[in-house]
Amino acid sequence: MEADVTLRVDGTTRVVRVDTRTTLLDALREKLDATAPKKGCDHGQCGACTVLLNGRRVNACLTFAVAQDGAEVVTAAGLGADGAPHRVQRAFLDNDGFQCGYCTPGQVCSAVGMLEEAAAGWPSAATGDVAAEPVLDDAEIRERMSGNLCRCGAYVNIVAAVREAAADSAGNTGNTDSADSVTSEAAPAGGAEVR
Amino acid sequence: MTETTADLLNAKAMGADLERVDGLAKVTGQAPYAFEQHAFDERAHAPLYIHPVQSTIAKGRVTAVHGERAAALPGVAAVLSHENAPRLTPEDDSDVAMIQTSDDRELLVLQSDEVSYRGQIVAAVVADTPETAREAARLVGVDYAAEPHDAAFSPDSADLPEPTVDTELGDVAAAMAAAAVTVDAAYSTPIQHNNPMEPHATTVVRSGGALTVFEGTQAVHIVRRILAALFSLDAERVQVIGPYVGGGFGAKGSVHAPLVLACLAATVLEGRPVKIALTRRQMFELVGYRPPTVQRVRLGADAEGRISAVGNDVTTHTSRLKRFVENAGGSAAMMYAGENRSIGHRVAELDISPATFMRAPGHAPGMFALEVAMDELAEACGLDPIELRVRNEPGTDPVSGLPYSSRGLLDCLSEGASRFGWEGRDPRPGVREEDGWLVGTGVAASTFPAFTMPGSAARIRFAGEGRYEVSIGAADIGTGSWTALTQIAADALSVPVEDVALALGDSALPAATVAGGSAGTSSWGTAIVQAARAFVDSHGTEPAAGAELTTVLKRPPDTRGYSTHAFGAQFAEVRVRADTGEVRVPRVLGVFAAGRIINPRTARSQLIGGMTMGVSMALHEESVIDPRFGHVVNHDFASYHVAANADIGDVQAYWVEEHDPHVNPMGAKGIGEIGITGTAAAIVNAAHHATGVRVRALPMTLDHFLR
Repeated sequence: MEADVTLRVDGTTRVVRVDTRTTLLDALREKLDATAPKKGCDHGQCGACTVLLNGRRVNACLTFAVAQDGAEVVTAAGLGADGAPHRVQRAFLDNDGFQCGYCTPGQVCSAVGMLEEAAAGWPSAATGDVAAEPVLDDAEIRERMSGNLCRCGAYVNIVAAVREAAADSAGNTGNTDSADSVTSEAAPAGGAEVR
Repeated sequence: MTETTADLLNAKAMGADLERVDGLAKVTGQAPYAFEQHAFDERAHAPLYIHPVQSTIAKGRVTAVHGERAAALPGVAAVLSHENAPRLTPEDDSDVAMIQTSDDRELLVLQSDEVSYRGQIVAAVVADTPETAREAARLVGVDYAAEPHDAAFSPDSADLPEPTVDTELGDVAAAMAAAAVTVDAAYSTPIQHNNPMEPHATTVVRSGGALTVFEGTQAVHIVRRILAALFSLDAERVQVIGPYVGGGFGAKGSVHAPLVLACLAATVLEGRPVKIALTRRQMFELVGYRPPTVQRVRLGADAEGRISAVGNDVTTHTSRLKRFVENAGGSAAMMYAGENRSIGHRVAELDISPATFMRAPGHAPGMFALEVAMDELAEACGLDPIELRVRNEPGTDPVSGLPYSSRGLLDCLSEGASRFGWEGRDPRPGVREEDGWLVGTGVAASTFPAFTMPGSAARIRFAGEGRYEVSIGAADIGTGSWTALTQIAADALSVPVEDVALALGDSALPAATVAGGSAGTSSWGTAIVQAARAFVDSHGTEPAAGAELTTVLKRPPDTRGYSTHAFGAQFAEVRVRADTGEVRVPRVLGVFAAGRIINPRTARSQLIGGMTMGVSMALHEESVIDPRFGHVVNHDFASYHVAANADIGDVQAYWVEEHDPHVNPMGAKGIGEIGITGTAAAIVNAAHHATGVRVRALPMTLDHFLR
């Protein structure tokens, strides 16, 4: 069985006919040539496929494309602006937060989504006082980034990169014009506005 | 021509903290990996999808393959089995292929009805979508005549083959009997799976008899040689392309069955690109693993801790289909002084899938056993474990008698002790408790051989306007080759790195040896230096645009007069929850002596990465075969645990200055594997210091501490 699905991928509206068994990940990679999200396990266990779906980080392998008609998808390829990498991507480069690069687009999307979650006050399993504003110390970053496996073992550099990006975003608080911020206000189709 | 000398390069670009030249492509997801080539290369456009059918028995024969229902499914292009697959033409070409020959039985995919392990490819479907291919594979019926199999590893069995005698010096038994202090204990490591994040993937098209193969591999030229032999093609008719590889750790160092299957499918469907990416589950059956070891280690010393006897009797297993022995005894053969030495391996032959190289083959399990035994010896002698190692530093290689080209172990121990805060450590185990956590620290040494493989070639071309193009079919599997080789080439040509454009990862480029054995940078870098020097000799420093020269590194620098190894020392802090046995590793610190460091940024990442995999080895990793069926049952990331971010604390890597003029013109030793050796031992030793419990079997799960 097939269905036509409309997706907004990295700012471009795409209509694609998919087998109803096709995951969002396979639709992106195999149908739309959007190969930044990677397939590492297809079971939601590794996080390599992480994208921002309507502003929130998800494992694209765990949702069917047909269930996401009208959604806004941002991959690592769509995070930057005007040809420059997103500040999280810049921080990964500066801190060598990767080696083989295969988990990296997912790590980067996960970090962007995670920074938004923390900014919105969401606690994690590492949060001592869930009623307080979370402070992104190393334990918080490690916990919140643990859905993304890295077999090359770049974790300490990933934590350093996210720490740096978090400090940048704290410094940018109130700067709503930040070219690379991802907001989570609902867009008309249930999606997020991504600038 | 300066083929046999290691005239050291003047380092200008080498040593610079250069950002990865492939970094931007990776963080933005624009680096094309093998399965994604349809989006980047028109030769791979509109591919068909392959899904394998795997045997459900461990030994026996396929008596019938029922492909009719699968073939009837709309979108199915082919159903392959041994009944209709193209014939392969394997050769014993061992002089040519080096690490693998094309008559390797693992590669004879769909060539007979014989089943040698559960999970073996017995059929396959090719279809126009991945969903259809997978569903059709499910519809293929396979009848078997099963035979009794043996998939149970019984290291104590009396029926095992006789052990090999790898090293035999003096009389270990007599020396043990005469020793004032002895350690005689068994240490075990489980099956571990490489599990690179990128599952093995191939896109291939056969056109006009030629094969174009996009492959995630550590060695494009080895893949080309193997495929050319198997498919009776001139090597020039096979092109293997793999500029980006999503990790390998040895599992992509040789050819495995899925690549052969893809080429068979491409042969049947000439002109159409076909592709395969393994599922994570298939990764546990089709692309190798590290075999388990049980190591009986014997150490005998006098009352001052001077070692007189070293023994490691290793028991491990191999697939009957393809012999692979994890050489865990090699570490004990070379690491410390001692006049009496005995090393051997007993190898059980089982009806299981073939094993392969995994990061620091031999030394990862071997240094675990030896370095825990050394900690036990230190305790028995009443010595600090660093002092024990100082007292047993050999002046020359204990087996060959050769001097070391350089040996920085003691510097690493000293520097590490200072950085970690080892001094004043209370050696008593089990006496430090903080908030319900038992706290301890441990140390272990690490090592890995340094060598240069012959056979790599490099091409230097002057493009004009100060720009040089440097080409070699090397691989960057995350190791930083793109960047480090650019730096080496810049120094070899005496130009800034900005003036060098490097190409790698394509068999159309000059031949290169494997990204393995921690020998990649040494082998390729030496070839580049040789070619650059020859280029300057021929064309001077102001060459004409288009000037070009290729040389082959036939004879690496002559190190026959030396024992060449990198050394290191890891320190770990471990906390064990007193009431639950939960283990945490808040700190790991390593110091390494590996000659010149080409790029401190990527080098630090490799060393940290190796130690991180060592933490994972220590705490989590274990593949479990169910002997009733013969396959690994915990075949996914939910049950085969690799370290996640929250498992890893503060991991730091440093190195000492080490000048080694012998190993290669860069003076650099490989660093891809040494980080994993020793780390698990340091953690186990720290856990003993924390709790008083001596763990001798990995992984060090919490049940070890619940008594």
